[in-house]
Amino acid sequence: MAQMNLLHAINNALEIAMTENERAVCFGEDVGHFGGVFRATSGLQEKFGKSRCFNTPLVEQGVIGFANGLAAQGSVPIAEIQFADYIFPAFDQIVNESAKFRYRSGNEFDVGNLTIRTPYGGGIAGGLYHSQSPEAYFAHTPGLKVVVPRNPYQAKGLLLASIRDNNPVIFFEPKRLYRASVGEVPTEDYQLPLGKAEVVTQGSDITLLAWGAQMEIIEKAAEMASADGISCEVIDLRTILPWDIETVANSVTKTGRLLVSQEAPLTAGFASEIAATIQKECFLHLESPIARVCGMDTPYPLSLEKEYVADHLKVYEAIKQSINY
Amino acid sequence: MNTDVYKESPVVHQPAFIDGHSVEIPILKVLKQDGNVYDGAELPEIDQELATKIYKTLAFHRVLDERMVASQRQGRLSFYMTALGEEAASVGGAAGLKPQDMIMAQYREQGALMYRGFSLENFMNQMFSNEKDLGKGRQMPIHYGSRELNYMTISSPLATQIPQATGYAYGQKLQGLDAVTICYFGEGAASEGDFHAGLNMAAVHNAPVIFFCRNNGYAISTPSDEQYAGNGIASRGVGYGIKTIRIDGNDILAVLKATQDARTYALAENKPVLIEAMSYRLGAHSTSDDPSGYRTREEEAKWQAHDPILRMKNWMLVNNWWDEEQETSLFDKLREEILAAVKVAEIIDKPPVEDLITDVYDEPPTLLKAQLEELKVHIKKYPEAYPFTAGRIK
Repeated sequence: MAQMNLLHAINNALEIAMTENERAVCFGEDVGHFGGVFRATSGLQEKFGKSRCFNTPLVEQGVIGFANGLAAQGSVPIAEIQFADYIFPAFDQIVNESAKFRYRSGNEFDVGNLTIRTPYGGGIAGGLYHSQSPEAYFAHTPGLKVVVPRNPYQAKGLLLASIRDNNPVIFFEPKRLYRASVGEVPTEDYQLPLGKAEVVTQGSDITLLAWGAQMEIIEKAAEMASADGISCEVIDLRTILPWDIETVANSVTKTGRLLVSQEAPLTAGFASEIAATIQKECFLHLESPIARVCGMDTPYPLSLEKEYVADHLKVYEAIKQSINY
Repeated sequence: MNTDVYKESPVVHQPAFIDGHSVEIPILKVLKQDGNVYDGAELPEIDQELATKIYKTLAFHRVLDERMVASQRQGRLSFYMTALGEEAASVGGAAGLKPQDMIMAQYREQGALMYRGFSLENFMNQMFSNEKDLGKGRQMPIHYGSRELNYMTISSPLATQIPQATGYAYGQKLQGLDAVTICYFGEGAASEGDFHAGLNMAAVHNAPVIFFCRNNGYAISTPSDEQYAGNGIASRGVGYGIKTIRIDGNDILAVLKATQDARTYALAENKPVLIEAMSYRLGAHSTSDDPSGYRTREEEAKWQAHDPILRMKNWMLVNNWWDEEQETSLFDKLREEILAAVKVAEIIDKPPVEDLITDVYDEPPTLLKAQLEELKVHIKKYPEAYPFTAGRIK
C-alpha cells in the first residue's frame, strides 16, 4: 500500500501495463518527455523509450485513427485526449470506427485493445472548454465501454481492467480530483470489474447514484441527510456503458427512491437513461419520482460556475423533496 | 527543436511569395497504349507468370463488375460499385506487395482483394449478405474484408482508413515485421481531415505505409477541379515531407514499378510514400448514380481509349505471352462461372437472428441478450412479418 493521488494511481497503472506487455504504447499531445499536461504519463518515455511513449501532432482525429490502426494490428494503444472537451474531432473515429470495427467485419478484425484516456469535468474554473462531461454522447454508441473512476484506488484498478478488456474503452478521468483525491492504493497489480456498480454506503430510505467526481458531492449530501435521520444508500456506477442495471434496481427495490446526479447538463444526459430504465424495472416499488440533479442546460459557465453545478446542497434539497413527496 | 529548415533557407530582403504550383511533379509512364514500352523506361520486376496472374485478375475484375451491374439492374442485388477504367491501380498495387502486407482500401479496390485470391464464393456471399458472408451480412455490397488475406474490412466513412493505416504500419514497425501497409483512397477523400492527420502522423512517426491515391477525376459528381486548386494530391505529400511520386494509373507497369519501389523504400527506411495514380472513373460512382447528368460522352470516350486492361493485353500480345484464343476462352469461362455463382449465393439463407447481437462486444452484455429474447418472442408472434428468421428461431 502507498499513499497516491489520482494521477499517481493512473501513472502507476500505465507503468504496470507497459511493463507486462511490450506491445502497450502510450501517446497523445504532450504525452512524451513532458509526461502530459497533467503529468499522468510522467517518466514513461524515460522508462520505455520514445517508440512506446511519445508526443503526437496536435490532431485528435489522427490520434484516435492512429490508435484504431494500432489496435487492429494487435498492439495495445493507450491514447490520451488532453481534455474531454477536445475529443470531438475524434468523434467519427470513435463512433464510426472504434465502436463498429468488430461488428462490421463479422469479427474478422477488432480494436478491442484500444483504451482512450481523457480528463473530464468541471470545478477547476475551466469555463466552456475545460470542464465538460461528454459521457452521454458515447453511452449512445453500442460497441464502446465507458468507465469513470471516483478515487485513486478505483482509478488504478479500473484503468488496468480497461486496458486489458477486449473492447474499446473510453476512460474518463475526473481532473478536479487528479491531485485533490488521495488515498491508499496497493502498489501491486490488481483489477476492478467493468460493468459493475459498487454500493459504497448501505442505506434504507433512498438510493443516491453518481459516478466520477460527482460521487464526492452525493456522499457529502448523504452525510447532511443522515443528520436529518435519512438513511441514504450510495452507489458508484463506475461503468456508464454497459451499465449495471441489476445493482441499481436491487437497491431501488429496497429503498423505494432514486436520485441520480451528474455533472453534465440535464437533458438527454445518462441520468435520463437510468431514470427510464429504473422506472420500468422498479415501477411498483417507487415511492416518489426519480430525481435527477444535474448541470443546467447551458454551456459550462465560468464566473457563475458555483451557481451552475449540481452541488451537495442541490442534492441535499432533492433528497428531502423525494423523502417528503 | 529542429531549426535546420530555417538555417537552410536562403535569405531575401524583398518579399518572395512561392507560387502554389511552383513544384513541378513529373508523371511516370512505362507502357504505351499499343502495348510497347517507352524508350528508356525502367521495367518493374515481372515475368510471364506474374504478368499472366495480373492479367487474369484484371479480366476477372472486368467481368465481375459487368455481371454484378447487370444483376443489380435485374433487381437481384441491392447495390454495386465498379472500378471500370481504373482496375490497374488496385490490381497492380497488390501485385507490387507481399501477401503479409496489410491492404486498407477505400471501396473501389476490390481488384487488390481479387489478386490476393478472395474466392468468387466469398465475393458473392458478401454481396448477397447471406449467412456465409465473412462479414455476417452486416454491410452493404462491396464492403469486403478478410483477415486471412490481410485485407481490412471496408468502412463507408471516407478517409478514416488513412490515419488507421499509419497506426497499423507503426505497429508493424514496432514488431520489426517484414511487412508494410498500403492505404488506398480517392482524390475526393483527400479533402477529409483524416487524410491530413494520417499523412502528417506517418511522416512524423516514420511509419512504413504506402499512401496510394487513385485520382480518378470525380467524387460522385464533383470533378477534381472543384475538389482542390493545388498541384493534385502529390504536392501535399511534398508538403508533409513524404517521398512522393505521380504515375499514370492506367499503366499497369508504372503502377507495379512504383509500388515495388515504394515497398522497398518504406521497409528499408521505415518511412511513408505517397503515390498519386492519375486515372478516370469510367463507370458511374455506384449503381445509384448516373454520370450523364454531370459529364459528356465525349469526355468518357476520350478516356475509354486509355483502357488499362486493353493496354496490358496489348503488351501481353507483343510479348507473345497471350493470344486471342486464350482471351475468348478466359472471358467466356469467367462469365459462366460468375453467373453460376450468383445463382448459388442469392438463395443462401440470411444470417440467423442471433447474429444481430454478436460482435458488438466480445461478449453480448446482459441488456443486449434481454433485447434479443424480447425480439424472438415478438417474431414468434408475427412470423409472417419476419420471413427470413421466423422459421429458424428455437
